[in-house]
Amino acid sequence: MSVTEKLICITCPMGCTLEATHEGSTVLNVEGNNCKRGAQYVQAELTDPRRMVATTVKVQGGVHPLAPVYTAAPFPKPRIFELLDALRRVEIAAPVQMGQVVLENALDTGINVLASRDMPKSAA
Amino acid sequence: MNKRLKTKYDVIVIGAGPGGLAAAIEAKKAGAADVLMIDRDLELGGILLQCIHNGFGVETFKEDLTGPSYAQRFIHDALTVGIEYWLDAMVLDVTPNHQVYVTGSQGGFRVVEGTAIVLAMGCRERTRAQIQLPGPRPAGVYTAGTAQRWVNVEGYVPGKNFVILGSGDIGMIMARRLTFEGAKVERVLEVMPYLTGLSRNYVQCLLDFDIQLQLRHTVKRIIGRNRVEAIEAAAVDEKWQTIPGSEEIIPCDTLLLSVGLIPENELSQKAGVALDPITGGPYVDEGFQTSLPGVFAAGNVVHVYDLVDWVTRAGQVAGRRAAQYAQCECVKEATTIPTAAGENVRYVVPHRVNPETLTTEEVMLQMRVTQPMEAAVRVEVYDGDTLITRKTERYARPGEMVSITLKGKDYDAVRQAQTLAVRVVRKE
Ligand SMILES: Cc1cc2nc3c(=O)[nH]c(=O)nc-3n(C[C@H](O)[C@H](O)[C@H](O)COP(=O)(O)OP(=O)(O)OC[C@H]3O[C@@H](n4cnc5c(N)ncnc54)[C@H](O)[C@@H]3O)c2cc1C
Ligand code: SF4
Repeated sequence: MSVTEKLICITCPMGCTLEATHEGSTVLNVEGNNCKRGAQYVQAELTDPRRMVATTVKVQGGVHPLAPVYTAAPFPKPRIFELLDALRRVEIAAPVQMGQVVLENALDTGINVLASRDMPKSAA
Repeated sequence: MNKRLKTKYDVIVIGAGPGGLAAAIEAKKAGAADVLMIDRDLELGGILLQCIHNGFGVETFKEDLTGPSYAQRFIHDALTVGIEYWLDAMVLDVTPNHQVYVTGSQGGFRVVEGTAIVLAMGCRERTRAQIQLPGPRPAGVYTAGTAQRWVNVEGYVPGKNFVILGSGDIGMIMARRLTFEGAKVERVLEVMPYLTGLSRNYVQCLLDFDIQLQLRHTVKRIIGRNRVEAIEAAAVDEKWQTIPGSEEIIPCDTLLLSVGLIPENELSQKAGVALDPITGGPYVDEGFQTSLPGVFAAGNVVHVYDLVDWVTRAGQVAGRRAAQYAQCECVKEATTIPTAAGENVRYVVPHRVNPETLTTEEVMLQMRVTQPMEAAVRVEVYDGDTLITRKTERYARPGEMVSITLKGKDYDAVRQAQTLAVRVVRKE
């Protein structure tokens, strides 16, 4: 049975409201998209929705107690909280370099979590 | 570094956010002999350091960066070109003759003079006092930006159950961030009939985590004596009056306010810089020079930008002009043409344009529309009845800056114009 759902495309700031008709994960029709990336977005949302994730991890001996980190690529949405749990257990030591791998191959997704900035050692 | 602090600089930049960084780097590259950047924070980078989410730099680098990564690229450049900086130092006053009064944890109180000054103090958040929330004053009411700094930099989550007032991007991004940290966001309330932030943030910050948004709703009352215990939410009518009978008590221990940003211009006012009551920032020309010769302004201090990429570009222009001013110290008696906000435009920045600039560079006019328009629009620049230039956009919304660029081909028309009136109208 096919169903029609409303989705907002997040691919660009325009944020088109899409009407997607699909049967399971087979997209039958998409309306309301201003460009063809809208249809690709619907397909991805139905089969493998992903989001960029940014959070912080603990740092020892840095100028701040935390360092900001982010996923190098969009991460499977249903596993975001599992990822956050894993990152809560990570602790790195200053100095930290921007781009440094903080968690390799997170949850076996093949996606690395990287440091967003340098974090020098605290003077004290 | 402040032991070696001089008393006079070609260019002094106040504020080391992306606006100030871009201005300082560009000033140095354009030939300023020495550039000093002053910031009250302990680090260079400004507010971006607490904006740990991605979405920055798509225009500038064609890459999707986090706030700290975007800042770091410019911090690196600033150090490479040899910008001097003084951190943990608060600018108390700027005088019309370019003296800057500073007090720092190191170096104490000093007066430094800049042949040219760039104001880059950013913006601040509207607070509870400015929106007049009734009720007692318990702990647990904070601005979203303050909470953002606590959570993302200092590692301290200020509550367990949150209500957020305002659907701007900072509020929505904080809703997601708090959810990531294990807190519960009970509700986001928005007094307007529409979302004020980007709809993509509505999806990836609220919908993704089943956080409920209520439009046309506000906080009627805060409940709790020492600490917030609940808020009373209510629906509002067209005149923003709460509708009797619509009240709902929402238990929570923290209320975050995300109710708008205002350019930070206390210093500018003290210096005698004329401010535009609509933007809240200085009146500027196309080089971001204010009403005071040799005093420039860059970034959110001029008007609140929604994309940091435009802050960087504005900072580059201001820095280049500041360096030019410092090198000849001349007040050019230029004839400038005023800009004006026409149909469906709230304001236009810059406020005046020197046509001669168009012989060497382009000039971007930036504006905000008053009404959302969800179909194709024309952005048009007129002098009286004469069309100077126009372009088409797919839509126009108050939350997203609109721009149009004057180019070399427009030189003759601009030179002869009385005013450059900009309007945004539905495309026929
Ligand atoms: C809480 C908050 C969150 C934001 N989140 C986003 C976002 O997610 N995405 C986005 O694109 N934009 C965001 N913005 C807008 C953001 O401000 C701009 O994108 C950009 O950072 C503005 O750059 P700026 O250089 O003008 O100001 P800022 O980055 O604010 O820098 C101003 C600097 O001036 C310093 N300063 C001010 N007064 C003095 C003084 N008297 N003496 C010494 N130093 C002083 C401050 O310490 C600060 O470092 C946010 C703004 C705020 C307030
Ligand atoms: S459909 Fe195309 S234009 Fe519309 S939001 Fe998606 S990417 Fe943007």
